[in-house]
Amino acid sequence: MNVATAVFYLIAFITVVSAAMVAFSRNIIYSAFSLLGTFMGVAGLYVFLGADFVAAAQVLIYVGGILVLILFAVMLTHRITDVAVTNRAAGRVPALIVVGVLVFFLIQAIQETAWVKAKEIVYAPTSAKIGDLFLEQYLLPFELASLILLAAMIGAVALSRKEIKD
Amino acid sequence: MSPNELSSYLIIGAILFALGLFTVLTRRNAISVLMGVELILNSANINYVAFSHFGSGNTDGQVYAIFVIMLAAAEAAVGLAIVLAIFQLFHTIDVEAAQTLKD
Repeated sequence: MNVATAVFYLIAFITVVSAAMVAFSRNIIYSAFSLLGTFMGVAGLYVFLGADFVAAAQVLIYVGGILVLILFAVMLTHRITDVAVTNRAAGRVPALIVVGVLVFFLIQAIQETAWVKAKEIVYAPTSAKIGDLFLEQYLLPFELASLILLAAMIGAVALSRKEIKD
Repeated sequence: MSPNELSSYLIIGAILFALGLFTVLTRRNAISVLMGVELILNSANINYVAFSHFGSGNTDGQVYAIFVIMLAAAEAAVGLAIVLAIFQLFHTIDVEAAQTLKD
């Protein structure tokens, strides 16, 4: 087993264990911080897949943006002293059975399917190719995404400001 | 399981999806539900990038992954703003407490 394989196992372990902490932890602050491990682990997996730009975007947007937003929301909606609130909609046991059966069949399907393979696997910088795709083939979705981000920003401001009635 | 096989990435994605689904199913806390949704989106992204690397060999899958990341950011901003507004109104973020559309 060489170093790359060992690092891959480590990253996969961190990702899955942090995700399990998110799912099973009774303290919402622990859940929120475990999400950090999952996001960083997924960024590591992107590096193994040769997707440098996506890995950087993952760290910037998920860890730098979404996780901070989630932590803000946790801090603003809970008093820090009584964070150990567990809320359950479906019971844990039925949900665990459903999810266990689902993951069993998913893994079986993944291993039995003959996936299409690329002729050659290349590790090359992807930023230039992604930029070309954004401004040629995916120009319309790209502009729509910027519009959605603007709408989301205005919507978030409008939703979260204090209503002043006169 | 090895870093040079497609199936190992797909299995990690499947496990992340299952854990995210479990989070969404078992929590009534709105922020926890959003965290579960983020896990599910990440698992979908792993699949996109893995198929783009091992399957097609071009970068289209990575472009889709970036679109998903963008929309996840928008979803988190709006979702958490809604959660804060609900908290100010109902003083709880239990998703079953917010049942009225108008006060």
